[in-house]
Amino acid sequence: MLAYIIRRVAQSILVLLVTGFVAFSMFSFVGDPIDNMLGQERTVADIARLREQLGLDQPFFVQYWRFLEQAAQGNFGLSYRQGRPVSDILIERLPATLELAFVSGLLALCGGIGLGIFTAIRKRGVSANVIMTLSLVGVSLPTFLIGILLIYLFSVELGWLPSFGRGEVTRLGGWTTGFLTESGLKALILPAITLGLYQMTLIMRLVRTEMLEVLRMDYIRFARARGIRERAINFHHALKNTLVPVITITGLQLGSIIAFAIITETVFQWPGVGLLFINAVQFVDIPVMAAYLMMISVMFVGINLIVDLLYFAIDPRLRVDRSAAGGH
Amino acid sequence: MTQTELRPKADPARPSRFSRAVNSDLFHSFRSNPVAVVSAIVVMVLILAAVFAPLVAPHDPFNPATLNLMNGFTPPGEANAFTGDFFVLGTDDQGRDVFSTILYGMRISLFVGFSAVLFAMVLGVILGLIAGYVGGWVETIIMRIADIQLTFPAILVAMLIFGIAKGITPPAYRDQMAIWVLIVAIGLSDWVQFARVVRGATLVEKNREYVQAAKIAGRSAFSIMLRHILPNVMNSVLVIATISLALAIIAEATLSFLGVGAPPTKPSLGTLISIGQGFMFSGEWWILIFPALTLLALALSINLLGDWLRDALNPKLR
Amino acid sequence: MSTPVLSVRDLVVEIPTRKGLLKPVDGVSFDIAAGEILGVVGESGAGKSMTGNAVIGLLDRPARIAAGEVRLLGDPIQNLKGEALRRQRGKRMGMIFQDPLTSLNPLLTVGEQLTETIREHLDVSKSEALNRAIAALEEVGIPAARQRIDSYPHEFSGGMRQRVVIALALCAEPELVIADEPTTALDVSVQAQIIALLKRLCRERGVAVMLVTHDMGVIAEAADRIAVMYAGRMAELGPVRDVITKPHHPYTAGLMASTPVASRGQKRLRQIPGAMPRLDALPDGCAFHPRCEKATDKCRAEPGPTLAADEGRAACWYPLTQTKEATA
Repeated sequence: MLAYIIRRVAQSILVLLVTGFVAFSMFSFVGDPIDNMLGQERTVADIARLREQLGLDQPFFVQYWRFLEQAAQGNFGLSYRQGRPVSDILIERLPATLELAFVSGLLALCGGIGLGIFTAIRKRGVSANVIMTLSLVGVSLPTFLIGILLIYLFSVELGWLPSFGRGEVTRLGGWTTGFLTESGLKALILPAITLGLYQMTLIMRLVRTEMLEVLRMDYIRFARARGIRERAINFHHALKNTLVPVITITGLQLGSIIAFAIITETVFQWPGVGLLFINAVQFVDIPVMAAYLMMISVMFVGINLIVDLLYFAIDPRLRVDRSAAGGH
Repeated sequence: MTQTELRPKADPARPSRFSRAVNSDLFHSFRSNPVAVVSAIVVMVLILAAVFAPLVAPHDPFNPATLNLMNGFTPPGEANAFTGDFFVLGTDDQGRDVFSTILYGMRISLFVGFSAVLFAMVLGVILGLIAGYVGGWVETIIMRIADIQLTFPAILVAMLIFGIAKGITPPAYRDQMAIWVLIVAIGLSDWVQFARVVRGATLVEKNREYVQAAKIAGRSAFSIMLRHILPNVMNSVLVIATISLALAIIAEATLSFLGVGAPPTKPSLGTLISIGQGFMFSGEWWILIFPALTLLALALSINLLGDWLRDALNPKLR
Repeated sequence: MSTPVLSVRDLVVEIPTRKGLLKPVDGVSFDIAAGEILGVVGESGAGKSMTGNAVIGLLDRPARIAAGEVRLLGDPIQNLKGEALRRQRGKRMGMIFQDPLTSLNPLLTVGEQLTETIREHLDVSKSEALNRAIAALEEVGIPAARQRIDSYPHEFSGGMRQRVVIALALCAEPELVIADEPTTALDVSVQAQIIALLKRLCRERGVAVMLVTHDMGVIAEAADRIAVMYAGRMAELGPVRDVITKPHHPYTAGLMASTPVASRGQKRLRQIPGAMPRLDALPDGCAFHPRCEKATDKCRAEPGPTLAADEGRAACWYPLTQTKEATA
């Protein structure tokens, strides 16, 4: 088990080093930072001084190392567009994205697992088939279109919910939350559904497939032969086994919610880091792009690690030390 | 599953017979599946309409000479109040015929989608072959990159590549290059699956006797393998390509919608939807809804077709 | 004689397919008394497992009982469904599956699976259920049962796992146990122990056991009576010693001649020519006639006589006892 965890941590570090490299390369090769930082009026002496200041005269790997050092301290320099430290902007925007991602993740997880179980148990039922067909439409429906259609229905036609922004937010120290006001909660509904729906569909289809697989297993037949109640078979025996493979993919899905938030935030003008990133791409604001990339890869790697640890919590077979070889 | 029996049992060493067997079996299972037939018809109609857009479209939306601003905001199915002109699906703010813009937009969406998948397929197949055949550190590097890339959602990778490419291209060429950048960005975000499948097949074939024999006979084992491996992985590659096409079209629409894809001068379906979103609140719903429905029909029918193809060709591929 | 524990009469199982109706079990009758082990033998596909599954109501769709009667201590159970069937399973009839590796739920401890079954059928407290679970493990010969009660299935060896399976099948004290190839997946050295255990439990508790296997050695060792199945029909039924030493049906004779244990006296093992026909390609007349040396026109035209549960031994027009005069 320890060996397994060490290997996973090493892999995570590799991923971070590579994304760090990509981010650093963006700084070095995309546009000249000197151009970006100094205005039109500059002297050769200015350029040389700035190059030295920024360490641009150092060898490539020294620069890379310095970049990593700075990145580890959360220092990505100034945004080309806003002229403020990137880390400040990110921290300011992060709560909006995290609250949105949390609510949609919860929705996707609960809805996806619930519907997945339902459609697997009622394999031949009418409602299960309707849900399955709808889910295919859901998979084909791009996130931004779901958002627009929801806005059209609930904001334009019905006028029930706001179409953009976060509503009224409350400051709690460094964190801003929309959970405490009515307008904040109302503003959260549509973006959360938009962001969660696609993931929910995927999780549902996955849970259904796995559950059907598990329900065919011998131990389920044996449990039936022992007269265990259908309820207990479905929710105790089958669900637990279903969750093992579902967790990995679900973990990745939840990670991608943060990435897909870019789309939702654009549709709803939600003031989070996703909207910040897409604006940075439009204006080639490299420091913001690089910082976002690093931030999101730290999150992904973190989620992956948590998922791996969850494995151990659920599957007793992995707790034995030989598990490093991996049964899955 | 009855489709299991439909899997071709032809000798893979003879590509012609093999493909003939696939085609006949495939056709059979196709005809007995109404969903697949309907999806195929929808896809064909949409593709043909897009390809022959200049002939089919009643207006050329990109020729300013034919536009009349007076025709702006004509609702669908009604004659314009000022000019009396009639537009099936209405017009947008500049008096462009929505039906025509959709046809031209679909052209761009499909072109980007097909090119991106082709690019991803060629890249993936080549890298997969190399990884499987050469092995060693080359394989390690290729597959590690694949793993790392898989950690991130494709759409994010595409956005990032688009952003970098935009930074590299001089501003004057940005609009011109946008379509190609889009293709490369989506293609690069999607090669991994192809590479994985091809690498797996290559590893299996590599140790077969005929490859060893060819090596001993001093012939180019690689080219012989190509001839044997490609037919073997055709099924999987085809299925992945179909599903990737739907994903690529959605990705293109998403990027264009976000303003990091096709430029407004060459609007794709995503750009059209993004334009239409602006008129949602003022009541001109048709500018938004019709491109949206077209995109949905396109993506859904390709997805359904891919689903059927996967079941028909290889039930194990999930 | 008192009422047999299990009494099966003219059981027919059907599977509708595109090629027509298949009958994997076709008119099978037999009884099992308390404390008796009936060995059911036959090649794979002969319908022996299907018979066992039909008795306990575990037929997979689209297979179904089309005709016949299954009585458990006189109560007809062939039409039971849902809750009523569940109450019978485990409580009145238990089942032991082939592979102990797959028939235990890997994510639940042995104790959880045992107490769950016990509490499902017997009205006892949690602690009482736990004590019974430990007793059940001790009874099947698991050492240090009290310590091992919280172990997961993967922490047991194959033979021990099959003991756990037997404990699970018997923990609610059923009157009938169906053991479907209980030793096939085990090491030869462990097989004998499991058979001895089954025999002991059968005698001590007076349980009726239906022992399904293709292994004549196991039958010879364990069974009191033997039922030979061929292509969905009962070929021969009788006391184990008689059937082994003096088979009446030519198929049984062939089977004995090809089995090392049963044919101790012979120098060479003989093979039955050909293979059992597939269910969708049954020949006219007696299903065995294409492989039978003694087949006549009658065998080719008429199906063999149907064997009743309590009279006659072989479903053959020319049983081997009278072969000489019949063929003369």
